[in-house]
Amino acid sequence: MQTRWHARLMLALLLAPALLWLGALIILPHLDLALLSLRQRTGPQQYVSSLAQYRTFFHEPLYWHVFVRTAVMSVVSTLFTLLVAFPIAWIIAKILQGRASSLLFIVCLVPFWVSETVRTLGWMILLRESGVLPALLVKLGLTAVPVEFLYRDATIMLGLVYTSMLFMLVPLVSSLESLDNSLIEAAYDLGASGASILRTIVIPHAAPGITAGCIIVFMLTLGNYLTPTLLGGKNSEWFTEQIYTQFITRFNWEQGAAFGFLLLGLSTAMVMIGLRLAGQRFGDVMRRT
Amino acid sequence: MTKGRTLKRIAIWIWLGSVCAVSAHAADSQKLRIISWADYVPAEVVAAFKKETGITVELTLSNNEEMISKLRATHGAGYDLAQPSQDRITGPQRDFGIYKPIDLSKVKLGQFQLGLLDIVRRNTTLNGQQYALPYLWGTDGLVVNTKRAKAADYLDLCKPDLAGKTSIRLRRPTLMAFAFAMGKDPFALYSDTKAYSALMDQVGAKLIACKPNFKFFYDNKDQLLNGIRSGEVLAAMMWDTGGWTLNRENPDIQFIVPKSGALGWLDTYALPARGRNDAGAYAWINYTMRPEIAAKITKSVGSFSAAQNTGPLLDPKLKAQFAAAFPDSVVKAIHWYPSIPPGLEEIEGKVLDRVKAAN
Amino acid sequence: MSTPDLVADAVVKRFADHVAVDALSFSVERGSFFSILGPSGCGKTTLLRMIAGFIAPDGGDIAIGGQSMRNVAPNRRPVNMVFQQLALFPMMSVGENVEFGLARRGVGRADRKRKSQEMLERVGLSGAAHKRVDELSGGQRQRVAIARSLVLEPTLLLLDEPLGALDLKLREHMKIELKQLQAAFGTTFVYITHDQSEALVLSDHVGVMNHGRFEQLGTPQELYYRPQTPFVAGFVGANNRIVGKVDSINGEIVALSTASGWSIRARRHGSPAAGAAVEAFVRPEACILGRSVAELPQEFPVQAGAVQSLLFDGANSSVLLLEERTRHEFRIALPQTGQFSDLKPGEKIVFSFDPERAACFPARAGADGRSA
Repeated sequence: MQTRWHARLMLALLLAPALLWLGALIILPHLDLALLSLRQRTGPQQYVSSLAQYRTFFHEPLYWHVFVRTAVMSVVSTLFTLLVAFPIAWIIAKILQGRASSLLFIVCLVPFWVSETVRTLGWMILLRESGVLPALLVKLGLTAVPVEFLYRDATIMLGLVYTSMLFMLVPLVSSLESLDNSLIEAAYDLGASGASILRTIVIPHAAPGITAGCIIVFMLTLGNYLTPTLLGGKNSEWFTEQIYTQFITRFNWEQGAAFGFLLLGLSTAMVMIGLRLAGQRFGDVMRRT
Repeated sequence: MTKGRTLKRIAIWIWLGSVCAVSAHAADSQKLRIISWADYVPAEVVAAFKKETGITVELTLSNNEEMISKLRATHGAGYDLAQPSQDRITGPQRDFGIYKPIDLSKVKLGQFQLGLLDIVRRNTTLNGQQYALPYLWGTDGLVVNTKRAKAADYLDLCKPDLAGKTSIRLRRPTLMAFAFAMGKDPFALYSDTKAYSALMDQVGAKLIACKPNFKFFYDNKDQLLNGIRSGEVLAAMMWDTGGWTLNRENPDIQFIVPKSGALGWLDTYALPARGRNDAGAYAWINYTMRPEIAAKITKSVGSFSAAQNTGPLLDPKLKAQFAAAFPDSVVKAIHWYPSIPPGLEEIEGKVLDRVKAAN
Repeated sequence: MSTPDLVADAVVKRFADHVAVDALSFSVERGSFFSILGPSGCGKTTLLRMIAGFIAPDGGDIAIGGQSMRNVAPNRRPVNMVFQQLALFPMMSVGENVEFGLARRGVGRADRKRKSQEMLERVGLSGAAHKRVDELSGGQRQRVAIARSLVLEPTLLLLDEPLGALDLKLREHMKIELKQLQAAFGTTFVYITHDQSEALVLSDHVGVMNHGRFEQLGTPQELYYRPQTPFVAGFVGANNRIVGKVDSINGEIVALSTASGWSIRARRHGSPAAGAAVEAFVRPEACILGRSVAELPQEFPVQAGAVQSLLFDGANSSVLLLEERTRHEFRIALPQTGQFSDLKPGEKIVFSFDPERAACFPARAGADGRSA
């Protein structure tokens, strides 16, 4: 009796920090935001509950536009990240051995030792009109005058892919490393070509890693603020920026909270669709990472 | 059995807690937490203030919107002194109650320039109580690289020959500036929401049409300074002393008072509702309004202090630049921001969003 | 006579610091079971991977079914391989595993299904097509791996120590099953192993490989009864190894004695001179054991010793004894009759063997006194 009571107390004590953390820092703020998003200001310090904030979102094409644009660009940049990261992960996991492999991994990791701000500013120094790359192009005679590379969608995409790289690479490398080389050889031996090995053996094996990487990268990209804002400049139009603007410069917390929930809904929906498409279960995938 | 021990333990905790509280309280009166703009609180003034009063200044850099948002999030706690612009005080105060009224008996009002004190009194009084005092002021106008570009008013930023070479801040002062440049007086429409909304739509349309001309919307001083220094930006909407700073580095770059008139901004001292060191804040206000300290601040920040009698102490170069840009007739034509009535910022916000999203 | 299914002609493979396969030539007859037997690191895996096409030889040529395999990729060779860890595809069902190669050849879905069903039936796994690979037992997986390869009707089936991962009982069972499968399908098998018993049981021919070369190539019987090199004598089957110097030569029989002075006789290989260093091998089962000299045949020299320990292993039981004077260790198989199973440690005993059945080779360079 005594010991069971003891064990229960111990369990409660052990769980307490995690539960407190979850409750105080995640659930409570979300509840607060949910309530906030469901009210409307009618006068100074006067509020009524209403769906006006959500209505505004659906009635104002501007917000819709930015929302859809953010979703589409996040999906595209996730796919690009996968396309770029996959060969690198393959090289790290399967082609290079020992030190060379770790070295390449570290090379991919090094940029992440500095903050995202610094990395993004680095890109700005390279790409701005008076920056390194435009000067180089002029010097090579490829362009007559320096070209402005910043403030374009392609630049935002570049920055997003670069920023998310590591988070795609790590699950991919670990899932490819766990792929037994003899499976590839066996498939090859049984007459499969490189492409069909990729399709029938490698991708099915790496599917949890691919899904995990895509989910993480998609969520990071969707929630990214710095990269689209800095590299996109006057044309960034990212939904998180919209949320920031509502909260900070418009003092419209109600609208900001509603936008936040719409973004949360969007990312949840996209992750669900992604899992469905990949035929994976969320728990399995997250355990992979 | 363990009751005695538990009680003892509780007593110890209470004792420890009260010791901490007392010491924290003691520390509070020696610490002044200011949230303000970049450069507004020069380090040498902070050092001298500490020497004289023993109070340490803790500084957080911010801007109008963030200042209000942070204070709103904490219901006015976390800082002992804030420095928002005078037109942004009554609105947030009415909605969020983030400031406490100024106790004018604790302020040496004689140190202030009467004209500025008057503007602030008019604009920051709510329910008979005054919420702010003037600190620094200046004007927004155009900064132009005169060798490579010509601009006399804000609308000139939209001229085709400056495509991709100009910059503005995507904030409400820009809307006001463009409205004046379009020959309208937005301040006169403050009380007529409908007309104001229509005007803002017009300004928004103008900015959208002009958007390809803007290299970027700058968010901070350094971004704009870099753009102008590197020659990526040839003309921008900017404040006077920023232009004069650039002028000292490169005489081609000049501050120009727009034909439609300069917009006068005025930043203030305001006390957050749950500030813990009001005495320190008043000490700081009185200290920084002393003519010799105010002159030092003006020299360091490059903007003009609201203090009296700083004239003889000012840098002659700055004085000359001011005199050249602002003859008496121009000073008279400065548009001062009146306090913003509720609801207008929402209208402006949507216009700004539309400009941001336009292609 | 038909062309051999596999011909290796002076095949060479070098790695950075050593020669893995050293100018190896051999051929494997159609329909036969050929084993390559050798210790780990002898180059047998390298050889197999060259036949499969995963690595290219540095010199020489490999022909399969009469066709040179130079510049032919593994997926284009008429060869399939059963991997050491089997390498069944865990992401597919048993049926899909078997169908995999057919699908790659563009065989239609219905044909594929039919053929894989037939193949699974032939290996005794009918009805397992829908199972997941990890639902099968070790032996069943083995059969799937073989079925997956054989369904493609390869000229040659390569097997890379496929029994290595199985436990002893199953290994014994699978040996028989492999042999039966090979007989039933008639496909040429090339099997590599380090286990001499597998090689002897399964093969028609065995190449004993050491340091990248074949020490001897022959039938299991030839290897066992007529080893041509001391390595083969030591590696294939159990053997007593006695290192010494030649005392005298009498026709085919050499008299030698160890450093400690024990003298025996053995049939000579090569023609060593008197005084030359040699090593002799005597099979445990070539010896006759007796409690007294009278029980032994009269024509062979009699040796005496004391029992050190009895190694009881049913039909494979033996006795480890120490020669009377030199205390040289010597192992003798016990008769199947159960006689001598009551020997006690320390008991005195006599034994003899036919010198014709003992082999004496010139000592290998660097050979030590270690018994193989």
